[in-house]
Amino acid sequence: MSKHQHIGKAIAHDSAALHVTGAAHYIDDLPEVEGTLHVAPGYAKNDACGKILKLDLAAVRAASGVVAVYTAQDIPHHNDCSPVGANDDPILAKGRIDFHGQVIFAVVAQSHQQARHAANLAVIEIEIEKPIVNIAQSKTDLLPRYAFTSKGFKRSSLPYEGNLTIGGQEHFYLEGQVAYAIPQEKGGMFVHSSTQHPTEIQHCVAAMLGVDDAKITCQCRRMGGGFGGKESQASQWAALAALTAHKTGRPAKCRLDRDDDMMMTGKRHDFEVSYKVALDKALRIAGVDVNFSARCGYSADLSAPICDRAMFHADNAYFYPNYHIATKRLKTNTVSNTAFRGFGGPQGMVFAEAMMERLAIQHGVDTLVLRKKNLYSKARNTTPYGQKIDEHVLAEIITTLEKTSAYQKRRKTIAKFNATSPIIKKGLALTPVKFGISFTNTMMNQAGALVHVYSDGSVHLNHGGTEMGQGLYIKVAQVVAEIFGIDVSHVAITATRTDKVPNTSPTAASSGADMNGMAARNAALIIRARMEKLAAKLLKAKVSALTFAKGKVVAGNKSISFADLANACKAERVSLSSTGYYATPEIHWDRATGIGRPFFYFANGAACSEVLVDTLTGEMRVIRIDILHDVGKSLNPAIDIGQIEGGFVQGMGWLTTEELVFDEQGRLRTHAPSTYKIPCASDVPEDFRVALFQSKGNKADTIYRSKAVGEPPLMLAISVWCAVLNAVASLQPGKVPVLHAPATPEAIMKAVKGMRT
Amino acid sequence: MALEFLWRGKIMRVEQFGPDTMLLDFLRLTEKSRGTKEGCNEGDCGACTVVLGEAIDGRMKYQAVNACILFLGQIHGKELITVEDLAEGGKLHPVQQAMVDFHASQCGFCTPGFVMSLFALGHSSGPISRDDVVTAIAGNLCRCTGYRPIIDAGLKACIGLRDKFSADEQKAIAALQSISRDDLMVGDAQNFFAAPASAAALAQLAAERPQARVVSGATDIGLWVTKQFRTQKQIIYTGRATDFAAITESVDALHIGAGATYSAALAALTKLAPDLGSVIARIGSVQVRNSGTIGGNIANGSPIGDMPPMLIALGAGLTLRHGEIERHMALEDFFIDYGKQDRKAGELVWAIDVPKLKSNQYFKAYKISKRFDQDISAVMGAFLFTLENQTISHVRIAFGGMAPTPKRAFKTEAALKGKNLQDALQVTLNDYAPISDMRASAEYRSETAQALLTKALMELQGLAQSRVLA
Repeated sequence: MSKHQHIGKAIAHDSAALHVTGAAHYIDDLPEVEGTLHVAPGYAKNDACGKILKLDLAAVRAASGVVAVYTAQDIPHHNDCSPVGANDDPILAKGRIDFHGQVIFAVVAQSHQQARHAANLAVIEIEIEKPIVNIAQSKTDLLPRYAFTSKGFKRSSLPYEGNLTIGGQEHFYLEGQVAYAIPQEKGGMFVHSSTQHPTEIQHCVAAMLGVDDAKITCQCRRMGGGFGGKESQASQWAALAALTAHKTGRPAKCRLDRDDDMMMTGKRHDFEVSYKVALDKALRIAGVDVNFSARCGYSADLSAPICDRAMFHADNAYFYPNYHIATKRLKTNTVSNTAFRGFGGPQGMVFAEAMMERLAIQHGVDTLVLRKKNLYSKARNTTPYGQKIDEHVLAEIITTLEKTSAYQKRRKTIAKFNATSPIIKKGLALTPVKFGISFTNTMMNQAGALVHVYSDGSVHLNHGGTEMGQGLYIKVAQVVAEIFGIDVSHVAITATRTDKVPNTSPTAASSGADMNGMAARNAALIIRARMEKLAAKLLKAKVSALTFAKGKVVAGNKSISFADLANACKAERVSLSSTGYYATPEIHWDRATGIGRPFFYFANGAACSEVLVDTLTGEMRVIRIDILHDVGKSLNPAIDIGQIEGGFVQGMGWLTTEELVFDEQGRLRTHAPSTYKIPCASDVPEDFRVALFQSKGNKADTIYRSKAVGEPPLMLAISVWCAVLNAVASLQPGKVPVLHAPATPEAIMKAVKGMRT
Repeated sequence: MALEFLWRGKIMRVEQFGPDTMLLDFLRLTEKSRGTKEGCNEGDCGACTVVLGEAIDGRMKYQAVNACILFLGQIHGKELITVEDLAEGGKLHPVQQAMVDFHASQCGFCTPGFVMSLFALGHSSGPISRDDVVTAIAGNLCRCTGYRPIIDAGLKACIGLRDKFSADEQKAIAALQSISRDDLMVGDAQNFFAAPASAAALAQLAAERPQARVVSGATDIGLWVTKQFRTQKQIIYTGRATDFAAITESVDALHIGAGATYSAALAALTKLAPDLGSVIARIGSVQVRNSGTIGGNIANGSPIGDMPPMLIALGAGLTLRHGEIERHMALEDFFIDYGKQDRKAGELVWAIDVPKLKSNQYFKAYKISKRFDQDISAVMGAFLFTLENQTISHVRIAFGGMAPTPKRAFKTEAALKGKNLQDALQVTLNDYAPISDMRASAEYRSETAQALLTKALMELQGLAQSRVLA
């Protein structure tokens, strides 16, 4: 039994009952303030890049319901929404466009429909330049190249070569981008934004209007999904809403239609990878030379840290004694790619696992043998960026999963099946995940919270983390309830807003519960320490003898209810409010030398997936999934299992059915769910076994020894892609199929064809 | 006249509305009932799922539909149920409670749609399996959970569901009976939404108003409005004419009224040929199949619709009607060119006759798409083989996605004729010159068409496992 009352309990999401009744308010559901206007973005329908020769907005202005039309000239101050201060992301395009869908003007109308209709009526002429659409076409480094190179690294004697294309991914949060700005007194602005980063919205709007940050408040109660897509890319829409509210003095909402959202906002970076690798006689990797090329799109956005994280994860769970891990960050005339669950890590890890799967085929050994031999161990524990791995749980996770998934037995059954089945082939793969936890930009690893205890003993909780469905709010509420020994129902969870907790980092990098949990804990501990002093006096006991549990403060056989104690604190003039702050300890990272300890710890897991492949059509089904994942001591196992299952399926979609198709003119052709296919219920096998690793607790001193869970499970789905490769490889033993990601039916068919020639 | 429907226990009358007003906008903007969400505005994500009830043979029948591409006028005479309507006196509905208990919501934005799809499933007749739950929610996208807990919640709540709607069934039926059975016409001569109550009235109105837009399910035309800004000022809706949707059977054929929805026709067509059923079960989603019609899929002339190739391979006949005048043709002759069909203004696609299979006939159909459910085919191939002693005496082949129209493969048919099944494997399918697009390359389409012929022939020879879908 846990010694905790609330930590480790499978408590439902705090908004679950609201979700199921339709009572949870997303921004577009908020009752509209009188006079609310609606903003729609306008763009050149057919063109991707070039100078704007003509911008005829007469028909737009004349359209029914239109109140105003804004272009770049209408922005009062700073026309930029770059998350890194690069000044390369205009809110409204300035004289030229650099990708298809770039916003040139904004239409303001009485209704959302009218604004959308009007936006469609612009006559725009572009002096068309041939767009650079993909990695192969791009010759321009958007950002400087960067590499990790081991001392004495030699390019020669790396006999195995390969390359790999890894597709991008659309976030497809179910709630599209939306912001609602309401003008305040003295030039202030209150902005509701569906954002993972309220502070960035605040700063962007303030800079756009040319006012103090303190005049702007951004609030986010919940997002209908984020997945990284609302880390930096919510700003532009908040800025357009705020611009309108500023200009008209009326509340203004900017909500993107799905197709606009998919065209105008960035995606996961697609990568081209080429590599050389050598194995020693003991089947250990002797050296790796890998070159990643990432499609960044037209502006920097978060591409630098994303590409860094791809490098940090190019090893996945494996020790590379010699390495050269290099990245090119390429400019293209496509939408600026951005954060997406895993933040570059998945691309690095797909490379590592594809390399493993292919090496195993080339050597005629089972892939699991190869994987086990190359895991980090106590003797071989240094990563290519100098951080030592000090927690070795993966070997145990893999061995356990190997047993519970009956890997060896199924391997034999599958071989028999494949020998007698001419069209349908089965494949199996077991792959590990090691994912570094912390923002690699050390400065960002800080969080704040604000906690009030009211005199009736109820608690107001606020912190800098945002809720996008991941269950952060309930996890942090559990932490605070634990500290005060009160029921979670008495902890009022409140919307994230910049006037309660300032200068926050985005809710990203899986850090939400780790950092905000700690910050809220610190705030609660500060208040509790004050309350303890009075309780000790009232109960005539030592502070060390007090326990806070079940709504009471107990010392021996004496007790006082938490509510009475709170009331007594007020009477005795004891402050019941505090901020709390947390900065992740021990981490540091020197990008110049490529050495440091960027990660506080690593999250681990492993998955085993089995697939059926139709070698006539390329159709594929996943028929069984087994997962064992390490969340340390879980704060909330129901929430954690939800993250694991959901992350896995999202990763599976990325690597199978989700394909972004751009045409030669640089236009995204898959800009709606009719053409861009995320997994649906029937893509998930009935046989889906998910377990939490029986952890002794995170070795790092995290909140109740839990581990971050937001991103790592996505990469468990690499097992599906490897299983497809494994199935196709059965067609000709020893030959490596040419399979790329995503493994669509067409991509699988291409691989199958290659095996038959 | 006014639009009338039952909602929250009362008959709601709407006397004025834009003919192309969508139900979702009516809910969210007019009624400020914002539990129902807009996820994609094109009927592909299911976040806007609501349930419509109809009184049929003394029972209420509930069906999930996408409100974003359903014209408000289409709900005339029906009961409307939205996510806000399920909980009672602060107590969650069993579907809602199960969703909470199984931790089946994360961000929660898709959740109202799932609740409504499961609600409709719980009110369907017959036993409910896990596959039924999956099918019921295959048109609801969730990006957070990975679906497992939603499926579990569905199984828990839908089996043996009893709720206030079950208890109040007769009240609902009585209330719906108070709504006029007459032809509906709301608006004026320039702007109207009309819903004739009989096939004859429908044919007459369509002939009189050749410029009006005839709408059956709106699963395609709905997007013209929401995505292409093509305002529809005059709409003639076919769904009120129950005799326009009748399905009747004769000794050698199935007669399908053009207004029959996929859902309504599924059982009869599955009985006619199992592959027909298994493909229809993958067209759109439950929501789309509850709205979309067999006739609509023909009338819109899409080169990538799944029904036309299958019906053409089966040798279906088509009846068109203008006023009182009927015309008959082979279905394949209806499709003249891309965007061009043999239908004049005011004429309706009226009925489809599908011949039943003879004992020596075998029908095979394959839908190839990136995702199995709720996806548009890259290639759809349909084959009707007539065999005599393992020799192909006759064959009809039609493909979708391979040409500007659904099209027969005449050259291949000729080459296959008279061949035994083994020799037939050598025949090259080269009737088509497909295009490359976001769904597939021309090369993949051509190769897959050939592969589907191979697969059909191998299946005819009795290959054990030939498909990844059980």
